[in-house]
Amino acid sequence: MEKIVDYFSTHTDEYFMLLGQHIGISILTTAIAILIAVPLGVLCSKKAMIQKVFERFFGLLRIVPSLAILMICLPILGTGIKPAVVALVILAVPPILMNTTQAFLHLPAATIEAATAMGMGKARIFFRVKLPLAFPLMYAGIRTAIVEVIASATLASYIGAGGLGNIIFTGLGLMRVDLLYIGGGSVAILSLLTGFVMDRIYQSATKYQRI
Amino acid sequence: MIRYLTEHYELLGNAFAEHLWLVLVTLVLSLLVSALLSLVLIRSEKASNLVIQLFGVIYSIPSLALFAILIPVTGLGDKTAILVLCAYNQYLLLRNILTGMRNVDRNLLEAGTGMGMSSWQLLRTVQIPLAMPSILAGIRLSIISTTGITTIAAAIKAGGLGTVLFSGMRTMNVYKILWGTILCVVIALIADLGLKQIENRVEKKLGGMRTEA
Repeated sequence: MEKIVDYFSTHTDEYFMLLGQHIGISILTTAIAILIAVPLGVLCSKKAMIQKVFERFFGLLRIVPSLAILMICLPILGTGIKPAVVALVILAVPPILMNTTQAFLHLPAATIEAATAMGMGKARIFFRVKLPLAFPLMYAGIRTAIVEVIASATLASYIGAGGLGNIIFTGLGLMRVDLLYIGGGSVAILSLLTGFVMDRIYQSATKYQRI
Repeated sequence: MIRYLTEHYELLGNAFAEHLWLVLVTLVLSLLVSALLSLVLIRSEKASNLVIQLFGVIYSIPSLALFAILIPVTGLGDKTAILVLCAYNQYLLLRNILTGMRNVDRNLLEAGTGMGMSSWQLLRTVQIPLAMPSILAGIRLSIISTTGITTIAAAIKAGGLGTVLFSGMRTMNVYKILWGTILCVVIALIADLGLKQIENRVEKKLGGMRTEA
């Protein structure tokens, strides 16, 4: 316990730098994944053929361990932050893509018909009707993705991406119990807190449903 | 690529067997625990929701973090790994077992009771068979997740294919990493396809029963 307090008083800057790196890389990769997966998901919901291909592909990808995905990227892209970002994006895309596809496939046809009958254009229907209706399921996908990214970003430390995983791997290497507690505890809290915050954002964004 | 396999088949084979062993032990242990827990929890919906939520919280803690927190308590090695893996599996298994058993048609349960079945008989001959597709899906998911997380357990010296991955990475040996990955996928894929087959068969059998009834 004393050692843990000691660490925080002597390594404050380092700790917050690693924490910042961890959060930064998680947000960055999730943002990139959203930019890739949402348009692709909408496309998949329109063309059954494309959907089938992507579903097969990502179904297989889900079976590959995340550690393996991270490590395969390394010899191909070199060390550092680049292979980690690519690998984490690959891990984050499937849940968002699949949920977006499902959300846009199961839009209530009557509502869209009503919007068309009211004279709304295609773009307006998409942004004012379809997107809000698809939001809950899409959001669930994004939540899954970001929690998964935070977990895998811990592993990404091993391939030189920085982040809180550094503390854990150092702790493992030196068998320093204090570092293991600090690293493991921080990652666990970060992941639980993110899930909690994402749930709160969802609740406040969909308040209109519970009037 | 093939040459690497023929030259190092012993190393890869050992790691593969170790990995398979870890997955199997975890599966058997977690099935036992979840079966016992479900027998207790099936009586109270409130308690089961609470327990599932609790395991959900554990499930959302990244595995490396959980390993790190547990090492000071249980030490390095496969014991810690299996403990963590079993805890993760409880979420997947309990959720599927309990929702499967809860979703059994009330009328069927009533019919069973009317026929004079005891609650144990009802469980054994009606609820569990009807919940089988859901239970099998839970087992399938937990095997896939265990296979993946076991690779990470190599970081805490639990052995298995993760060892191949980590050492392949240290020496920048692409073939080693690829073979480690492929062997992992083989385990998960066989479990995935095999159990899906069984699920379909059970579903078909149940479908037949339902139409007859």
